[in-house]
Amino acid sequence: MTPKTSPEIGGMGHRVKRREDPRFLRGQGNYVDDVSLPGMLYLDIVRSPYAHATINNIDTSKALAIPGVLAVITGKDLEKYNLHWMPTLMSDTQMVLPVDKVMYQAQEVAAVLATDRYIAADGVEAVEIDYDPLPVVVDPKKALLPDAPVLRTDKKDKKDNHIWHWEWGNREETDQLFREAEVTVKEDIYIPRIHVASIETCGCVAHFDKVRGKLTVWMTTQAPHAIRTVFALVAGHVGLSEEKIQIISPDIGGGFGGKVPVYPGYVIAVAASVLTGKPVKWIEDRMENLQADSFARDYHISAELAGNKDGKLTALRIKTIADHGYTDAAANPSKFPAGLFHVCTGSYDLKAAHVEVDGVYTNKPPGGIAYRCSFRVTEAVHTIERMADLMAHELKMDPAEFRIKNFITPEQFPYKSALGWEYDSGNYAGALQLAMSKIGYTELRKEQAEKRARGELMGIGISSFTEIVGAGPSKHFDILGLKMFDSAEIRVHPTGKVLARFGTKSQGQGHETTYAQIVAEELGFPVDNVLVEEGDTDTAPYGLGTYASRSTPVAAAACAVACRKIKDKARKIAAYLLEAHEDDLEWETGKFFVKGSPDRAKTIQEISLAAYTNHPPGMEAGLEAVNYYDPPNLTYPFGSYICVVDIDKGTGEVKVRRFVAVDDCGNIINPMIVEGQIHGGLTMGLGPALYEEIQYDESGNMLQGSFMNYLLPTAVETPNWETANTCTPSPHHPLGAKGVGESATVGAPAAIVNAVVDALWHLGVRHIDIPITPAKVWKLLRDAGVKG
Amino acid sequence: MTTVPIKVEVNGVEHSADIEPRLLLVHFLRETLRLTGTHIGCDTSHCGACTVVMDGRAIKSCTAFAVQANGRSITTVEGLEQDGKLHPLQDGFFQEHGLQCGYCTPGMLMTGLAFLQTNDNPTDDEIRHAISGNLCRCTGYVNIVKAYQYAAQKMREGGA
Repeated sequence: MTPKTSPEIGGMGHRVKRREDPRFLRGQGNYVDDVSLPGMLYLDIVRSPYAHATINNIDTSKALAIPGVLAVITGKDLEKYNLHWMPTLMSDTQMVLPVDKVMYQAQEVAAVLATDRYIAADGVEAVEIDYDPLPVVVDPKKALLPDAPVLRTDKKDKKDNHIWHWEWGNREETDQLFREAEVTVKEDIYIPRIHVASIETCGCVAHFDKVRGKLTVWMTTQAPHAIRTVFALVAGHVGLSEEKIQIISPDIGGGFGGKVPVYPGYVIAVAASVLTGKPVKWIEDRMENLQADSFARDYHISAELAGNKDGKLTALRIKTIADHGYTDAAANPSKFPAGLFHVCTGSYDLKAAHVEVDGVYTNKPPGGIAYRCSFRVTEAVHTIERMADLMAHELKMDPAEFRIKNFITPEQFPYKSALGWEYDSGNYAGALQLAMSKIGYTELRKEQAEKRARGELMGIGISSFTEIVGAGPSKHFDILGLKMFDSAEIRVHPTGKVLARFGTKSQGQGHETTYAQIVAEELGFPVDNVLVEEGDTDTAPYGLGTYASRSTPVAAAACAVACRKIKDKARKIAAYLLEAHEDDLEWETGKFFVKGSPDRAKTIQEISLAAYTNHPPGMEAGLEAVNYYDPPNLTYPFGSYICVVDIDKGTGEVKVRRFVAVDDCGNIINPMIVEGQIHGGLTMGLGPALYEEIQYDESGNMLQGSFMNYLLPTAVETPNWETANTCTPSPHHPLGAKGVGESATVGAPAAIVNAVVDALWHLGVRHIDIPITPAKVWKLLRDAGVKG
Repeated sequence: MTTVPIKVEVNGVEHSADIEPRLLLVHFLRETLRLTGTHIGCDTSHCGACTVVMDGRAIKSCTAFAVQANGRSITTVEGLEQDGKLHPLQDGFFQEHGLQCGYCTPGMLMTGLAFLQTNDNPTDDEIRHAISGNLCRCTGYVNIVKAYQYAAQKMREGGA
């Protein structure tokens, strides 16, 4: 897209350098652990060594004897205020601190308040707790067996570990299509538990001012406004009142979904500050972060795909067991316990589909949050892209040709999917064909055939994903009843400078730059004259926050609409100043002029001044607008990724040789930032595909508690990503944009797995669960009789 | 608890302090000196967010004691900019979009400072190995490699 504005204005389509960078490059960011207040106390948490145990006694005497330890807070202390339990975002319940029982290893058991970080840690070591271990349930399938111990004994009349059953689609029609199918494929796909592992862990500084009755909390949250309301609802009975709660989300060192939930540590820190009247800081260490914060995925999927011998797909059927740990602490829209998993028909034109998901309790940390994706979309995309590839291989069809045969075609949009979504726009074959030409697909297939003849292992994998982002239309989407709109508030100052505030919160996405570019695009103010602020609930308009790629689809739309309100008023002021009828005015970036008389013009800066100094009689002074944007539909970004892998026959190591990503996120605000989002997203697709997994032994001990064994990709394993894009604007978004932050995380793993299976298909390999470790491949090779 | 006196030069300024022997260097920098640009990401020296340069070598300040810095010279991210001019590495990260959330960035910059002093004309592969002890969750490293190359070129041209 050619930019409509000059580089000096810096509207949409310009590679504007990031306006947040100067502070970060100088070490002048303000992350939560950088916040320091006079008299601040430190909180550290005692955690359970057992995955399931009764607490007989907590002896705090030795801890309290340490100079500098001020208090040890237990569940019994919180019980006095009825704050020992809290609701999850899915309306389940979660312990803040336990009174009698722990449900997973590393669960919070008590909290030590001290004058110093080190003394608090000493206090944690000195708290003595007497536990009686209970039987542990780690496997969700075993948790559903009739003889499994019932875990949630706190829930009256709960007789099993089943949380909920959810299904979607047309079961009868799907079953009928399967009965009629000429060919079907079936596969069990486990998408393991992983962790977003943002480099900044979670934490907060809570400061309750007893005199004013005001609570201020600096916290690592992606959704500060929703958090404020949750605090007011949960702790209203102890005197917290929403107008006196200020949540400040300062600079955030990566979120990816992990900073959406309310963790017990935040609540304990708030309680400690309210009780003492002192500021209290709580910062997780990495082990706590990996062990106790919300996990993602953990879906045990059984999928079937039906079609005809000519390669035309007809139906999809999926059953899934969702392991949620000891409570359902996912962060999905309320109506959808499995998130948007039912976008699982993907990019394909199917006649029918049916999806079932069952949520299960186990003795593992709670969660079910997104890992840089829009509510279970990765699980959906991974399933359909694996199954499509399986079917193509089964039918001995080229996977690219097979996909093109089954894609929803451009003329079918808006397209109603078999599971009821209305896809807004797309050109799936266009993206795949661009990816094929960019990577040299035909030549690669020839190379692969030659290498296979020589006994070398090379694979080519495709993933043609469709995402669903920008929740959402409020008639369907809410979090704890809060409708999922978002907001922009724009004020134009008399000297032609702009303050723009939003209900979202950047965690690295560059909102201070991209939102300013939208204001520049719409109103013609130079991007450097627009200050963007987010994250302070006392000043920003109410919004649901940044996750699920919703900032551009929702808050950027609010920005455009608010700018257009300002422009409408600016037109009236310009007409007054020019003594012309407003219908006779035309807009050109940054100014209104009289049709046919370009010299008779008023710049947006002149109009800004007039709004405060010389506005038309009868008009309100000022030039500002607010918009709470409720999107009419979600947006459906898409793309096609092609991955080339080489496999070492001796070690089983998979090396990603090339990876071409073609993305289509509609109109682009800042191409530089979009590329950066794709690079990062691809790397967060590579990690789970090859390295990242959280596992537990039979006693519920977590096996990956540090970056020693929870493996994030380093620069050495990460390939030099190659990106390109097509552009199919969203027809309903005011800017034609779609959101892009998560596309690559969603689409990449399937491309990598498809490449590995493609390399090994001739050896009888049909599927490998992620992460594809060298050990898994090594065993498959040895089982197939391949010598290293 | 007993304390010990240390003298450390940080960003060209001499600091004297009486500290607990167990105080980590990263906490000395962040909390005693209030130089909060150096970050903590993992506590186990895997992520590199806490990287500083001590006597010319990049070290992980989360796994060094402050007493180990006694008598030594340390550069942190706050010491990169000179006379109001960004260091070529800082400029490179800005020009090449080498940062997103900014949390790993100070560590990436400090690793680069030590690395480019030993190799002012690196290959992309050498850069990737040089930063393999610094984790970034946002950028996918592509633009960090470009930022290092940008800085290396500027430094060869005499920009620093």
